[in-house]
Amino acid sequence: MTDAKETSAGWRAYALVVPALAVIVLFFVLPLALSGVLAFRAKDGGLTFDHFAKAWDLYRTDLLFTVGIVLLSTVLIGVVAIAIAGYLTLGENPRAVAILRWLYRWPLFIPFIVTGQVMRTFLAKNGMLNHVLIGSGLIEPLAAQSMLDWRGIVVAFVWKQAPFVTLLLAGAMAALEQQQIEAARNLGAPRWRVLADVILPQVRGTMLVGLVLSFVTMLSVLSVPLMINPNSPTMITVDVAYRISTLGDYAVANALCLMSLVVAAGGAWFYLQHAKRQTLQV
Amino acid sequence: MTAVRTRWPQALGMAVVLGLVAFVIFGPLANLLLWAFAEKWYFPNRIPQEFGLTFWARVFSPRGNALASLGTSVWIAMLTVFLSLAVAIPAGYALARLKLRWRGLILLAFLLPQAVPNLPVYVNIARVFYEIGLNGTVLGVVLVHASHGLVLAVWIASAAFASVDPSLEEAARNLGASPWTCFRTVTLPLAAPGLIASAIFVFLESLDEFTGTYFVGVPDVTTLPLLMFNASMGGNYQIASITALLLLVPSIAFMLVVERFLKADVLAGVGR
Repeated sequence: MTDAKETSAGWRAYALVVPALAVIVLFFVLPLALSGVLAFRAKDGGLTFDHFAKAWDLYRTDLLFTVGIVLLSTVLIGVVAIAIAGYLTLGENPRAVAILRWLYRWPLFIPFIVTGQVMRTFLAKNGMLNHVLIGSGLIEPLAAQSMLDWRGIVVAFVWKQAPFVTLLLAGAMAALEQQQIEAARNLGAPRWRVLADVILPQVRGTMLVGLVLSFVTMLSVLSVPLMINPNSPTMITVDVAYRISTLGDYAVANALCLMSLVVAAGGAWFYLQHAKRQTLQV
Repeated sequence: MTAVRTRWPQALGMAVVLGLVAFVIFGPLANLLLWAFAEKWYFPNRIPQEFGLTFWARVFSPRGNALASLGTSVWIAMLTVFLSLAVAIPAGYALARLKLRWRGLILLAFLLPQAVPNLPVYVNIARVFYEIGLNGTVLGVVLVHASHGLVLAVWIASAAFASVDPSLEEAARNLGASPWTCFRTVTLPLAAPGLIASAIFVFLESLDEFTGTYFVGVPDVTTLPLLMFNASMGGNYQIASITALLLLVPSIAFMLVVERFLKADVLAGVGR
């Protein structure tokens, strides 16, 4: 009796989940699988590695450029997030903490496409950054240069993604036991030691999740590199868009896509290695 | 015990640091505002030579396409919210309340669009849609947006349902309410704040989405982000900045109200 009831309830539960699952499978998983198929399929339908050879030949600089930019951005995002979240947790001036908490969140709600446009004007030779640097006497007018190259992309990525990781990190830090932190402070540990030795080891998991999600997101952002630095060397996403929009070349585009998937998988692997180590420690 | 008192040099240093943070955050946005109201701005002037609203008039004129794009964007976002919630509410309820064998695996499947680079998906879905005539249609764009919006919709819906006290549902059932009446009059209203929050997230994500629309929407569906992109690439910074501001309004408004809808107890349940 109970068994029969549970089976029918179980059947109903799956029926409730299936429509949502179908949307994900049809419009996300299958196209992703198709990418794997098309990247290896020759014109006659056979298996080939030519597309990869061509993609590597044409775009290996861009691939390295992409990995470099995304790695550098991820590291900087981590540093900024630790600094802000650390101050929000350990700061002794309540007013400064409140102001910082209000300030840091803004870019979180600004879309990548707007970030691209905003940075395109801000970092240009005639942008506000240069005007402020010249106005404050920090650089000579002639030394003003456009930052709309790899630096612009990194700045845009860090500006947009650091608040996201900070939000996660500050939340995790707030959930820690305050007594521990107070005990360490009472024993005379300076704040940066408390942050490095007491707080960070406990929130490492949260930080890694945030950083890996940011890493993957940045890998497939098209608008920012397209708007800030569309010329070679540029990011893989720009090359994919070019192969498709201009040449209709799905084979090489998909080979490039698979390469960026491999890079993303590298990020996921890194995360799993660290997550495993953490569970072992606990 | 020594009272912690802020010393002057320290307070000054703090003010300088906060000022720098404020410049980093708001400087780029201020630059955008200047461009939106600039009539003429040539190098090497620090601020525009002339301010005015000519470009605003042009953006909002019938030939400016901005209003049409805004309409398309909002229409697509509304349909995306509708589709996402229509499938996410039952799924979220089942994941929170019913026995599911592969619950963890199913929740992970809904994370995929967030954890895997989206570009390969957009590229190939555009190819498939092209063959079945969905490219350049609103429906095609909505399907792509929904598959991404479901990540948040399902996770937040599941958390919202999990935070509803089961004893309230039991009380309603004991008083003779049918499962459907109980869901409609007890569970759904109690989970509503979380569901509204997820609807807002999905709406904004769809409104701001660029890459998917860029591949799937061409050539007939022009959303506000695409209009902004085209203006910017065409070198028209005023039009691009005004469109960017239009895009920012809902996001900032959302930031100011989100905490009323997204209560801490719902957030705490995410992923449980």
